[in-house]
Formats: sequence, C-alpha cells, structure tokens
Amino acid sequence: MLGVPPGIWLTVFFIIPLSLIWLFSFGDKQGLVDIELTWTMANYARAMDPLYLQIFLKSFWFAGITTLVCLLVAFPIAIAITFSPARIRPILLLLVILPFWTNLLIRTYALIAVLRTKGYVNFGLEYLWDGLNATLMFFGMDPSGLIGERFTPAPLLYNNFAVVFGLVYVHLPFMVLPLYASLDRMDRSYLEASLDLGATQFRTFLSITVPLAMPGIISGVIITFIPALGSFLTPDLLGGTDSQMIANVIERQFKSANDWPFGSALSFILMYITFFVLAARALFSRQGSAMEAS
Amino acid sequence: MRYSLIKRTQFGPLDYIHQGWMKLTLGLSFVFLYAPLLILVIFSFNDSRRNIVWRGFTTKYYEKAWNNDGLIEAFANSLTIAFFSTIVSTILGAMVALLLWRFRFPLKGAYEGAMTLPIVIPEICMGVAMMAFFSRVGWPSGLVWPFNLSAITIAHISFSFPFVAVIVRARLANFNLELEEAAKDLGASEWQFFRDIMIPFMKPGLIAGALLAFTLSLDDFVITFFTSGPDTVTLPVKIYSMVRFSVTPEINAASTVLIAITLLLTTIALWLQNRTGQKLGH
Repeated sequence: MLGVPPGIWLTVFFIIPLSLIWLFSFGDKQGLVDIELTWTMANYARAMDPLYLQIFLKSFWFAGITTLVCLLVAFPIAIAITFSPARIRPILLLLVILPFWTNLLIRTYALIAVLRTKGYVNFGLEYLWDGLNATLMFFGMDPSGLIGERFTPAPLLYNNFAVVFGLVYVHLPFMVLPLYASLDRMDRSYLEASLDLGATQFRTFLSITVPLAMPGIISGVIITFIPALGSFLTPDLLGGTDSQMIANVIERQFKSANDWPFGSALSFILMYITFFVLAARALFSRQGSAMEAS
Repeated sequence: MRYSLIKRTQFGPLDYIHQGWMKLTLGLSFVFLYAPLLILVIFSFNDSRRNIVWRGFTTKYYEKAWNNDGLIEAFANSLTIAFFSTIVSTILGAMVALLLWRFRFPLKGAYEGAMTLPIVIPEICMGVAMMAFFSRVGWPSGLVWPFNLSAITIAHISFSFPFVAVIVRARLANFNLELEEAAKDLGASEWQFFRDIMIPFMKPGLIAGALLAFTLSLDDFVITFFTSGPDTVTLPVKIYSMVRFSVTPEINAASTVLIAITLLLTTIALWLQNRTGQKLGH
C-alpha cells in the first residue's frame, strides 16, 4: 500500500519519460516534429561518426583530468582535516561542503568574473607585470626586450583550460568527502608503526595511507567522474567552440537542431556509460569485501 | 643534537596539520573554493558597472534587481515550484523510506534500485526525457498560475523525493524497535502507533528532507532548462539567460540573494541533523 503512490509517480514521471527517449533513439525523424519508430540503429551508428566520437573522447579526457586533479588536490585537504584537532574538524568539513550547496550556475558564473580578460586573475597578473617592468626600468634595463612592451592578458576563459578549471572547482567537494570518510576510519597505529620502523613520511603515505584509503579513493573517483562526464553548464558557459562535451551536443539536438532521435541515442550512450562505471564499482567493492572477509 | 630531537617530537609525527605545507595547502584550497564566490558577493555592492575596481558601497543593484519585473517573476515562480515540490517530495519520500525500512516484499531490490535511478542518472538525460515526455503527452501549457508551472514542479518532484527517502531512511535506521512492542503492549492500534510514535520520531528527518527538497528545487538549472517555457522561467533559468547576454552587477545581486537563501536553509537542515545526532548519542 505504502509503496504504491511513489511507485506510480516514479513510473509515470520518470520511467515512462526515459522509456520514451529510449524508443526515440531507435526512431526515424520525419519532417519537423514527427518521429517514426522504425527500430533503426542509424542514430547509434551516427554517434560513432568521428565527429561525435571525438566529442565523446574529449568528454572522457576532460572528466579524467578533472578527476585526477581533484584527487591530487583533495588528498592533502582530506589528510589535513583528518589529522586536525577534533574541535575544528567539523568547521573545516563544513567549509568544504558549503560551496557544494551553492547553486552550480552561480559558482560557474563567479568563475567568469575571475577568469575573463578583464577579470581578477589578469588584473593581478597585469599588476605584477607592471611592477616587474618598473623594477627593470629602475635597474636601467630595457623591459621591452625581456618581457615585452605591453601586458597581454592571458586567455583564461572560453577555452579547454577554463572548462577543466571550472569542473575541478565544481567537483572538488565530491572528492574530499569520501577521502575524508575513509581516512577517518583508518587505524592510525599502522602509520605510527611504519614511522617507528624507519619508513619516511612519503613511503608511509604510499605503502600505508593510500592502500587503506583505497575504498574512499575509488568512491571519490567515481562520484567525481560521473557528474563531470555529463556536465552541461561548465562547458556551455566557460568553454570555447572546441570545448563542447556530450551534454552540449545532446542539448543542441533537443533544442536548436531538433533531432530528437539522435539526441536520445546520445543520452542513452551516456547513461550506459554511467551504469557501466557504477556496475564496475559494485563488482570491485564486492571483491574487496570478500577479500577482507577471508 | 639533543635539542633537535626534542623539537622534532614537539608535535607527533602524525600532526600533519602543524606542518607548514599542510596549512598552506588547506589555506590555498579554501581561497580557491571561496574567492570567486566572495568576489561575486562583494562586487554586488560595488558602485561601478564595468570596472572591477572597488568604487564605493551601494545597494542600487539590489534595487535594480528588485525593480526588474522579469527577475522578480522568475523568483516568485522558483519559490512556488519549490513549495509544491517540497510538499509532495516529502510525502512520497517518507512513504518510500517507511516501506523499505519496515517491509519485505518480492522485488524489493528492484524497487529500491529504481528509486535510486533519479539520483544516479546524468541530469541532462533526465532533462531531455522530461522535455520529450511533456511535449509528447501534450501537457497543457499556458494555464493560469500556478498550474502553468506544473510540468517543472512534476520534474522537480521526480528528482527530489528519492533524496528525501534516503534522508528519512537514515533517521529510521536508528529507531528502537522496543518502542513499537511497548506501544502495542499498551494497546495502541497500528494507526495510533504510527501517529504518536513514528511521526514524532521521523520529524527531524522529515524536516531535513523537506529542506533538502526545497534547496534542490530552488537550485536546479539543467532539468528546469528543458521543462520551462517562455512564460515559465525560474530564477536560475533567468540568471542563465542574463549571463549569456552579459556580466552585470545586477546578476551578482540576484545571485547573492539566492546564495543567502540556500545557505540559510542548509544551515538549518545541518543544525537539525546535528542536534538529533547528538540526542541519539546520549
């Protein structure tokens, strides 16, 4: 009884819409709005076209780099929080989570003001450049030969760099939280033993901390990679013409290009990739727990 | 030699936080996370339209945003959608949580799996699916307010209630089953037990879940972007169209208001969860 209303809701307003685009993905576009269900595979075949394959690869590349950078940045943060006094630990955690609750669109918009040609980063760079220039003049050197006559703003926005920067900015908390959760559970006597036995901090980190934090690393990688792969807003607002990701292509098929069958096929490919990653993770964690139990 | 040994053990080898590089990393990370947002908030009060240099305090961009009818209408739409979405999501989410917590039934695993789908699938896929669905079933558009917002509200409920279910279920996991036996021993009917024991026990979870649902709805852009029409614009969708056009202090002002609301709501939710967590600890 209790499960019926939510079940009906989920079926009507979630499963049916998804099934609809699943059917569309095997359909044929007829005229402007009509879609005839012909069970064609043409839409999936078209997704394998080098043009779209390249966009898939680019999305994987962006999401992969984002995940890697997040992991490298989040690890020291997670360690610092884990080993900080119990009093300030909740505050540090809260500071990591807070931006996460701020609207994604607003966080992305905030980055535009920082990265654009007349933004704060370039403003700071110009200030440094002027300072350097004045110093060189002071010592009687001609700056034009050394660092150039005029300051040229660094192109930080509307390119691939901006997209990865934005993705890291948005997804960093996703990585810190699972890392912290697994580091917090870690038995510290292992670290002490390792250090007592003469291992360096670095060796201890590689041989003890990383293996013990592995479940957290895997969770963090997955919950960073999946949303990063399907990002729409970040490449849309911060990217240039060549930094489109899958979600941007899907959006175009449904809005301006009006090719719903192809957009549906791309959506389902993205969904299958997501499920594949999640299934791989489930399999991996089952193996891990089986090993621990034995 | 001896001095250096003492100095080295002043902090234990595991007190990474006392090492300079660790503090620096932490500090730089927080600058990275907060500087863009702080700049956005600060410059919503800057008395200059184009310049990024501070030119004095003003609230004129808030006045401007307040007098921008499109912005205010979008804000009212957002609040209306969030209100209705929260009510329905909380009820549906609580039902799922109770069901999964209390009963065993065939295909429970499948039911549970289906309930987590809206949480895991990419937003863009859900967005286009909702867009295709509402256009294909011929969902009426151009109805009177607030019914013109029904499509967006339905989409929001679909992605919000599974989150509410997760939160309420976490609360239910701490329920002491002896309370049920005691209530039944004392002659309580199923309904009395539910009303007098279960609802009060679930209350903090319900409030936290409702606040989460409200924030999720207020903040959503991608799914709303695909379900909104020209007359049904929400605040994030409106801000998006303004951002595409240009970067103005007015957007900063509108964004600051949205940030303030979500921060307030999530702080309350966190405080409530913390408080109940502490109570359970005793």
